[in-house]
Amino acid sequence: MSTSSTSHATPRETTEGTVYTVTGGDWDEVVEAAAKADDERIVVNMGPQHPSTHGVLRLILEIDGETVTEARCGIGYLHTGIEKNLEYRTWTQGTTFVTRMDYLTPFFNETAYCLAVEKLLGIQDDIPDRATIIRVLLMELNRLSSHLVCIATGGMELGATTIMIYGFRDRELVLDIYELITGLRMNHAFIRPGGLAQDLPPGAVDQVRAFVKKMRKNLTEYDKLATGNPVFKGRMQGIGHLDLSGCLATGATGPVLRSAGLPHDLRKSDPYCGYETYDFEVPTTDTCDAYGRFLLRLEEMRQSLRIVEQCLDRLEPGPVMVGDKKIAWPAQLALGPDGLGNSLDHIKKIMGTSMEALIHHFKLVTEGFRVPPGQAYVAVESPKGELGVHAVSDGGTRPYRVHFRDPSFTNLQAMAAMCEGGQVADVIVAVASIDPVMGGVDR
Amino acid sequence: MSDPKNGANGPKNGTGANGVNPDKDLNAQNLPGQRGDQGEIIGTRRGMFGANNGGDTSGYGGLVRTVRLPGATSRPYGGPGAGGAYGYFDEVADELEGALEEQGLLPENVIEKTVVDRDELTFHIAREYLPVVAKTLRDDPALRFELCTGVSAVHFPGDKGRELHAVYHLRSITHTRLIRLEVSAPDADPHIPSVVSVYPTNDWHEREVYDFFGLIFDGHPALTRIMMPDDWQGFPQRKDYPLGGIPVEYKGAQIPAPDQRRSYS
Repeated sequence: MSTSSTSHATPRETTEGTVYTVTGGDWDEVVEAAAKADDERIVVNMGPQHPSTHGVLRLILEIDGETVTEARCGIGYLHTGIEKNLEYRTWTQGTTFVTRMDYLTPFFNETAYCLAVEKLLGIQDDIPDRATIIRVLLMELNRLSSHLVCIATGGMELGATTIMIYGFRDRELVLDIYELITGLRMNHAFIRPGGLAQDLPPGAVDQVRAFVKKMRKNLTEYDKLATGNPVFKGRMQGIGHLDLSGCLATGATGPVLRSAGLPHDLRKSDPYCGYETYDFEVPTTDTCDAYGRFLLRLEEMRQSLRIVEQCLDRLEPGPVMVGDKKIAWPAQLALGPDGLGNSLDHIKKIMGTSMEALIHHFKLVTEGFRVPPGQAYVAVESPKGELGVHAVSDGGTRPYRVHFRDPSFTNLQAMAAMCEGGQVADVIVAVASIDPVMGGVDR
Repeated sequence: MSDPKNGANGPKNGTGANGVNPDKDLNAQNLPGQRGDQGEIIGTRRGMFGANNGGDTSGYGGLVRTVRLPGATSRPYGGPGAGGAYGYFDEVADELEGALEEQGLLPENVIEKTVVDRDELTFHIAREYLPVVAKTLRDDPALRFELCTGVSAVHFPGDKGRELHAVYHLRSITHTRLIRLEVSAPDADPHIPSVVSVYPTNDWHEREVYDFFGLIFDGHPALTRIMMPDDWQGFPQRKDYPLGGIPVEYKGAQIPAPDQRRSYS
């Protein structure tokens, strides 16, 4: 082997072979040139562990003084391979995974996934009304809790800790309802292909009614505290600007798109779960900025309360799972000493009296049900925008492929357009107004 | 329903032990996932309980199931609520074909096939024409699909010559419509033209598909990994990429890793 030498790498022979030592050369010139340049252009890395980057989001900002000249996102720090994992579980077990994607909107993930599975099965029309109404109820409560977190953390990032306390105080009320209905505050896996895991427990309707009443009162506090607050407006108005063409180009949906004045809401334009029968409005603003998005979220919460009330009025006793015993979970779940599980009556039946029921239970629980081959796309309007599920089946008992089009992922692309040319301090406001949740972005 | 000469003959052409081949029995409603002879074959599944490497003592090793995806549909395509009659799917197809002809393209070269299944319209597009079709769908006032909801991909190792499918869902806010474009590429030549110039929102989506499937989008401004670390080897969402995992002990029993567990093909 011949050893060639360049001006910056001198070779030397060792027992391990030839070793090149790279030295000085133009590095000194680079440093000198950087020192001479009188602009203050520097690259700042914000995150992935920074209190105001919404989880593990990494922002790479090139700044000139206080002005951001270029902004880029680094994502993937919370990638957990949920889509891959789904391919190794039954269709029903999938809800346990998808609920953890965007962990602030679990019921939207579950509903979108279940609607896609039901579309593949062709049983959309067989879902009991009660199950659909409870799905809508939970989704609208979820819209409240998600928007509350957005406003709370957004306020905290501005230094407005009172808003943070208010937001989390009210979100706690919603989480209490989740806990009563599903047993869990997060990661519910309550909505299942074919219906729901369980019916509403006693007292749930009363508690939701009391919540709606209380929340109506509490929502005015946000108006009093923030809407007219000159400091709050000063930090939010004109920040994170993205107009309609920018929204459509970057594919932004949800409050970001509606803040540009387009009243696009899948609940109206492509209704699912019977949303066309509910009475509510889609608010818009034309300010294209973070303040407009804040106002939209407040108004959307009011509209959600209206829908929740309509749901409560419509609830009629009835089944919450599809009648087809080849799909429906075989047992009634009941609360036992070690948590939620199959009811003792059901266990007594399958273990004591009916071998056929035992076989059926075993087959359905371990093997699951088969889904005819094909693909389906279902989209729901999550608090962040269009949450789409592309589900593919090969006729087996497991999903062949499930892809989530998460609105946080798509909307986050608009970050660069919103931040470049603005101040460093406004990056936080702009990102908060997109409301990205990294669990959904990275999946 | 697709081409009637492709089957639909019911049990009489059966070849099974009882004179009936359930895979060809269109009336076998109780057999899930069966499409008779219709549709497009993308693979076969053998056996049961995941015992694919010989050593199957379960007695189910002889089971063979052909996987058929919905095949090409003939006119009228209908649409949601059209009930088999002329619907918005036909309108979109007519407009698209007309717009392609205006640009001097033969629609039958561009659109490989059209599938209507579960109230959804899918155009299978020859990959070299994808940017033209996307631009036409976006810009033609009668089509106007302003919003692309990104790209998803599916890996069908059994679909020889078109193993990698890229799936685009396009939404028209103006006309409140939704269609799907499907483009395929062979594993040996995993290239598809990028549509970032038409739909900038696909920037990250195409990076994600590249990251997980190794599909290379030609013309993408910066096709790099987005979820996995930059130096990651392999493409995790491909079917030949193992899930991984380790066995865990729960209440005294060894639970195998998820991809080693019993499966029901």
